[in-house]
Amino acid sequence: MGSQGGFGQSKEFLDLIKSIGESRSKSEEDRIVLSEIETLRRRLSDPDIPKRKIKEYIVRLVYVEMLGHDASFGHIYAVKMTHDDNLLSKRTGYLAVTLFLNEDHDLIILIVNTIQKDLRSDNYLVVCAALTAVCRLINEETIPAVLPQVVELLGHPKEAVRKKAIMALHRFYQKSPGTVSHLVSNFRKKLCDNDPGVMGATLCPLFDLITTDVNSYKDLVISFVSILKQVAERRLPKTYDYHQMPAPFIQIKLLKILALLGSGDKQASEKMYTVVGDVFRKCDTTSNIGNAVLYECICCVSCIYPNTKLLEAAAESIAKFLKSDSHNLKYMGIDALGRLIKTSPDIAEQHQLAVIDCLEDPDDTLKRKTFELLYKMTKSSNVEVIVDRMIDYMISINDNHYKTEIASRCVELAEQFAPSNQWFIQTMNRVFEHAGDLVNIKVAHNLMRLIAEGFGEDDETADSQLRSSAVESYLRIMSEPKLPSVFLQVICWVLGEYGTADGKYSASYISGRLCDVAEAYSSDETVKAYAITALMKLHAFEMAAGRKIDMLPECQCLIEELSASHSTDLQQRAYELQSLVSLDRRAVESVMPADASCEDIEVDKELSFLDKHIQGAIEKGAQPYIPESERSGSLNISNLSIRDQPEVSTHSLRFEAYELPKPVAQPKPSIPQASSTELVPVPEPSYSRESTYAVPVPTVSSSVSGSTELKLRLDGVQKKWGKPTYGSSSTPDMPSQKSENGLSRNDDSSISMSRPQSSLDYRKPSVEITPEKQRLAASLFGASSKTERRTTSTHKAVRSTGQVAEKTQVAKPVDPPIAKATPVQPPPDLLDLGEPISTSSAPEVDPFKQLECLLDQSESASASSHTADNSSKLPDIMSLYSGMPTSGQTSGAVGPISVNGDHLVSPSEVGVIATPAGTSGPVQFSKGPNLKDALNKDARVRQMGVTPTSQNPNLFKDLLG
Amino acid sequence: MTIRFVLMVNKQGQTRLAQYYEYLTLEERRALEGEIVRKCLARTEQQCSFVEHRNYKVVYRRYASLFFLVGVDNDENELAILEFIHLLVETMDHHFGNVCELDIMFHLEKAHFMLEEMVMNGCIVETSKSNILTPIQLME
Repeated sequence: MGSQGGFGQSKEFLDLIKSIGESRSKSEEDRIVLSEIETLRRRLSDPDIPKRKIKEYIVRLVYVEMLGHDASFGHIYAVKMTHDDNLLSKRTGYLAVTLFLNEDHDLIILIVNTIQKDLRSDNYLVVCAALTAVCRLINEETIPAVLPQVVELLGHPKEAVRKKAIMALHRFYQKSPGTVSHLVSNFRKKLCDNDPGVMGATLCPLFDLITTDVNSYKDLVISFVSILKQVAERRLPKTYDYHQMPAPFIQIKLLKILALLGSGDKQASEKMYTVVGDVFRKCDTTSNIGNAVLYECICCVSCIYPNTKLLEAAAESIAKFLKSDSHNLKYMGIDALGRLIKTSPDIAEQHQLAVIDCLEDPDDTLKRKTFELLYKMTKSSNVEVIVDRMIDYMISINDNHYKTEIASRCVELAEQFAPSNQWFIQTMNRVFEHAGDLVNIKVAHNLMRLIAEGFGEDDETADSQLRSSAVESYLRIMSEPKLPSVFLQVICWVLGEYGTADGKYSASYISGRLCDVAEAYSSDETVKAYAITALMKLHAFEMAAGRKIDMLPECQCLIEELSASHSTDLQQRAYELQSLVSLDRRAVESVMPADASCEDIEVDKELSFLDKHIQGAIEKGAQPYIPESERSGSLNISNLSIRDQPEVSTHSLRFEAYELPKPVAQPKPSIPQASSTELVPVPEPSYSRESTYAVPVPTVSSSVSGSTELKLRLDGVQKKWGKPTYGSSSTPDMPSQKSENGLSRNDDSSISMSRPQSSLDYRKPSVEITPEKQRLAASLFGASSKTERRTTSTHKAVRSTGQVAEKTQVAKPVDPPIAKATPVQPPPDLLDLGEPISTSSAPEVDPFKQLECLLDQSESASASSHTADNSSKLPDIMSLYSGMPTSGQTSGAVGPISVNGDHLVSPSEVGVIATPAGTSGPVQFSKGPNLKDALNKDARVRQMGVTPTSQNPNLFKDLLG
Repeated sequence: MTIRFVLMVNKQGQTRLAQYYEYLTLEERRALEGEIVRKCLARTEQQCSFVEHRNYKVVYRRYASLFFLVGVDNDENELAILEFIHLLVETMDHHFGNVCELDIMFHLEKAHFMLEEMVMNGCIVETSKSNILTPIQLME
């Protein structure tokens, strides 16, 4: 066979491979590759490289890139090699180009011409090579250049070409469905190709097409069913068999397609029941591939319109998977359970022990899969246990990707099924504490809204209880180091709103804590902004309640620090707080009404409250406001312009707004907060936003939703309310108060804005559930149906006594099998059993002896293993070998296998090929020659100077059992 | 697209073959190979042959000193991919005769050709050994 001819490669190449193979560390490998790059650079720049050498250089370039180094200097040579007349060189050239370049690379354009030429070649292998390259190198722009030829090749006499042409078309469809939309009918046609290879390949594009548009392909259900039936009946050539399963990969693809077509379609599904049932029955449950097909059957059954018989069969298979010792099968079982649970929710109950077992398994993959299952079967009765478990797991892992996922799942479940608000808040606290920076900010807004809105309309005491408990928990958590920013924002907001509401904590205590937070997280501006706004609220509430409150020294410090802050937002807030403190009680009360976060704010878009003022100004001779559409410039200082008519003409550009407030307000500093706010430069971002829209009133609302959504900053709102403030400074308190009012609320308003009312189930009475909690904690599965409670009552009794009891109870029946699993687990890699031994004895042992002892090992191992799995596996593979030579010879003589002209879809014409009936492969016999080969090869390798020394265990001992 | 990449990596974490079905830059490949190889090497024989990595799954199988890793979409049939790996190994074994790591190293392009015959556009297109090997044998 191919490799036995002395390799035919140069000494230099062999040396390179040898040194790469023997390098002990990454740095050593890097050194080799770097010097190789230099060599290649020199060699390739030589104007006349011998033709037979260039291919080898290109392969060496492939090595360089594969080992992580840049070889872009040589890409052009790979492109050149695609012109080569020698097929092997040409194909290697195409291969190298596909490995080096992506389809949008500049050099690709040089290849399109070559591809076009090769597609016209008489040699079908050249055409195949070109089509393979087409699949990797043609982008949307170059599709038209090759499309006609590819379509023509769909009718090529060679099935290999047809197959690749189909796949090229599939690629075009993936890249740009529009360009080939008129050609998709070809896929339907090729489904009936009389070569099974072409038919099998066609399933790939059809799968994609059906995924996007099921309804146009319903007519093919009969064809797919009939193909699957024939495949299952072993009508395909024997070369498609794999471990005695007839064409399992084609079966799997067909089952996937049927699942799509039958989903929610009773009529279509009914046509499939028989054949899916057949496949179910015919699956060999002792081999991996049999189980793979079985799993696909379960997926199909759970997708299509339910059929009791099939569901039973599926449940039975799942039970087998879960009971298996193999972790792989358990994994598949858990996954399948998650799929089937949608149609038959009761099925999980019988497997609860297995599921809990998988949940406790140290294998992370299995654990995650189980959490996925739990996520799917969560209901209000078991949400507490499940979410608790999820959070525990979330805390224990480091993988941020998965942490984010599981955190958002926790939040989703908690929002959906929370039995009580109390629990919800506690759960959220935990999620925030450990993954706060990973969850969506909306979750934080939701939590604040929940605390603000409470249970709902009538139950005020429960609401305040909820808030008190939230405040209490936050005061406790606050002292923990390094809390996520989002969580701190929530904490600050809640403390500001409700910190003093129940009178348990004094305002100065809460203020102190808030100042601590602002100090501890001094680099986080958002947190500081939340903290200072919370301080403002605290002071306002105290003043409104008529209590005297002294500004704490640290609070004073904070205000001073922030009024000099680089952040205009922080400055603004600091000044606001300062001015608020100097207001009288009545003013404060209306500026910051207590517990008003849920009140709706009516936005007076017409600014009608200014009417009187405008009227007065016009009477005094001011020019009336000119709507924007009637102006030429992008004037956007409407309010100001009305007041100050000389400005209108001089300042046609908005930018002057920075200076404008000063002349207006400074002469009238009667209202302190107005003058203080105006000192704050208006944040630029909101200005630029306004300039883009350039529409005075709508801008306001759009900037509000825009900025608050993200940051809960005041910027956007600031503008909205800020400007009228300046403008109305000459008028009595009313408008300015209103603006302050708006400021105080913007957090709240943004919360309700950021998310419309969702259909969350917060309002469940928590009292009824509490007694059940303990029982629930004992079982994830309990409390869902009476029948199941009866059957599981024994377990439950044990488990409800505690987790430990549960574990022992659970572990006992399953643990021993796990231990036993060790020998059974890797049945296909039987020879691996010998591996550890050979490595341990490696240093001294001669590799020849090693090979021999390896063989002994594996044979004795296989002989001694009594497991059904092993014993059936062995003849299985052997039969494959015994079957191979014959089929190989025939195919070699006749050329690529043709299916005796079989038309797949019409079963009558198909020539039936006898199944490889229970071939009892002579194990030792077929092993013999293999061993000899191995030894020969080893000797040859040594001759060439490549010494597979014992300390270099790179040599494959043997791949197959 | 179901298969995203096929990797062959030895016990020391050295790449022996890499084929990506979606374009990644050299740095991305390097990082990805490092990460998943570390993940897979750390696992024991008893654990599943599947590892979740970012938003896809890696199905891996070990043959003597060589690991075969296949990155697939999340809804792929893992067990089938596991057997696909074995089919690939059987095919290489059929061609090279008792295939070993050195065979793949010395005939990197041929190993790639086999893979090219079996997988196109990230889909398994051919599973008949003779169909896979015929064009490769004819080229010699």
